[in-house]
Amino acid sequence: MIETQDVNFYYGDFHALKNISIKMETNTVTALIGPSGCGTSTFLRLFNRMNDLIDNARISGKCLIDGQDIYHKSVQVDELRKKVGMVFQKPNPFPKSVFENVAYGLRVNGAGNKSYISQCVEESLRCAALWDEVRDKLKKSAFELSGGQQQRLCIARALAISPSILLMDEPASALDPISTSKIEELIHELKKNYTIVIVTHNMQQAARVSDKTGFFMLGELIEYNDTKKIFINPDREQTQNYITGRFG
Amino acid sequence: MKALRRFAEHLVEGLLALSGSVTSLAILLIVIFLFKEASGLFGSPAIEKGYVLCVHSTNSTDVLNPYQIKRIFDSETANWNELGGKDMEISLFRFDDIFSLYSDEELGEDYSLLPEKLGETISQNPAILAFIPEKYAPAENPSVKILKIPEISFSDIFGGKEWFPTATPAPQFGILPLIAGTLWVSLFAILIALPLGMGVAIYLSELSNERTRKILKPTIELLAGIPSVVYGFFGLAVLVPLIQRTLNLPVGETAFAGSLILAIMALPTIITVAEDAMRNTPKAMREASLALGATHWQTIYRVVVPYAASGITAAVVLGTGRAVGETMAVLMVTGNAAVMPHSLFEPVRTIPATIAAELGEAPGGGVHYQALFVLGCVLFVITMAVSISAEIISKRNRGKQA
Repeated sequence: MIETQDVNFYYGDFHALKNISIKMETNTVTALIGPSGCGTSTFLRLFNRMNDLIDNARISGKCLIDGQDIYHKSVQVDELRKKVGMVFQKPNPFPKSVFENVAYGLRVNGAGNKSYISQCVEESLRCAALWDEVRDKLKKSAFELSGGQQQRLCIARALAISPSILLMDEPASALDPISTSKIEELIHELKKNYTIVIVTHNMQQAARVSDKTGFFMLGELIEYNDTKKIFINPDREQTQNYITGRFG
Repeated sequence: MKALRRFAEHLVEGLLALSGSVTSLAILLIVIFLFKEASGLFGSPAIEKGYVLCVHSTNSTDVLNPYQIKRIFDSETANWNELGGKDMEISLFRFDDIFSLYSDEELGEDYSLLPEKLGETISQNPAILAFIPEKYAPAENPSVKILKIPEISFSDIFGGKEWFPTATPAPQFGILPLIAGTLWVSLFAILIALPLGMGVAIYLSELSNERTRKILKPTIELLAGIPSVVYGFFGLAVLVPLIQRTLNLPVGETAFAGSLILAIMALPTIITVAEDAMRNTPKAMREASLALGATHWQTIYRVVVPYAASGITAAVVLGTGRAVGETMAVLMVTGNAAVMPHSLFEPVRTIPATIAAELGEAPGGGVHYQALFVLGCVLFVITMAVSISAEIISKRNRGKQA
């Protein structure tokens, strides 16, 4: 379970997230929607502490995963990131082979057993619905894959270290419709084993893949509810305006 | 108006094309000049021009190679049997010796009797080896044999281990010690500079904070602008005595001093280029690695350094290029002994240093002058080989990435 309590986040003087409190259940898909610059990506990156890389960034409030404050001093960031996988907006495979891309997470975590690694790689690629397409290309450079395949490779890479949470930052925004639908099917499958948080600018996508949806605007969480409710009968007028495309 | 502009554009295009072709042509001509001057050395007579070597007609030796001649005149070969002849002490006769045997009157007006007297002298001594001007050679005397003068061959130059370009009568142009000296000094310079440079580059690009970087990087770049003679002076004044004292060596001017100076000189290039390459690693790559639970350090050596590999190769090549071609600083601190290097702690002599030191004393067009051009060609080939191999390596790396 993921939970935030009164989280505020600042980039220097800029107040990027304002008093966000939210609860996301295990094995659900939560979509975060909102106009560009509204803070959804920033919010997503709280959970694997990717925002730590930014100078002058500050956070207040509590950010809990399974009841543990992930910003507590005792938390080791690299250990946290093993539990919280992330898929980025643009496919970003390493300049290595398909196999090595998936094996990377295992290797940095100290796995040395060859048969274990190759088994893990195969499983992850199967999970990401990519195995059949790349089984003969494992030694080829990841850059030889298509954009959609690269993105699924990045998902496989994230799955390989068996996280419990998967953060997806507009995972399909750089892809064609067919690849997008493959990713969406995949999200459906993955929901069984993972808690997924996905940022998307695509309303239909949010409606299709998520159980719950949070609508952000100007750093505030305007509304958070069941996806059906948000898309059919939202409580707030701003939400209504946004999802019907009147602004944003 | 439009026509005028089009004309101006054509004019500019023409000028650019012209300057491009003129520059390429100039470079090509320089290379051709270099090789043309150098080619004169092959096939030149191996002893001083206008001189011949004569022996007694009973002597079985017909030809001596330059190395043998040099050893005889250095008194290192003292007996004909060492050269496959009879067991006789070689009795050297230099042209000037004739004046101690005969008075000017005996030699006749305008030395007209000189050839005759030379013939007499040679015929009296079966063990003689006479080095005399060709125009006074007693060619008609039946008991005098004029040795065939060997030509300087490819193997004399590229297989020879002795560089004595001013030795008389047979200068030695073995460039092996110079090539070895150059590679020796450069190799160790790179071995010193590479780990240090990589360390600093990694520190600057990955570990230091912005403020440190802003101070450190320009400072390092400044080092690249210091003239090499200043480095040489520093080396001579500080490093050389330091090396001599700490290592208790007879001389401090050693290959090691040269390598150290070269390493210091190559460092700014290596650091700057490698650092730029590493900073060019896309943020997405670093984030992907960190998001998989890799530590900062794992990200550096598993993602950043491999990603920057071609840039780092370029850095090494630029550094090596500088090391191989560097002249002044090396000339000042390596001691310049043209011997095959056996250890780091003895004097060596590099190709550029040799050219710089000797070109001023080599008479234009002479064999020594040509030999220096051969050295220039060798240097050219070495640096070209270095950059071509770098090109290949970085292409292979790029192939892996794209």
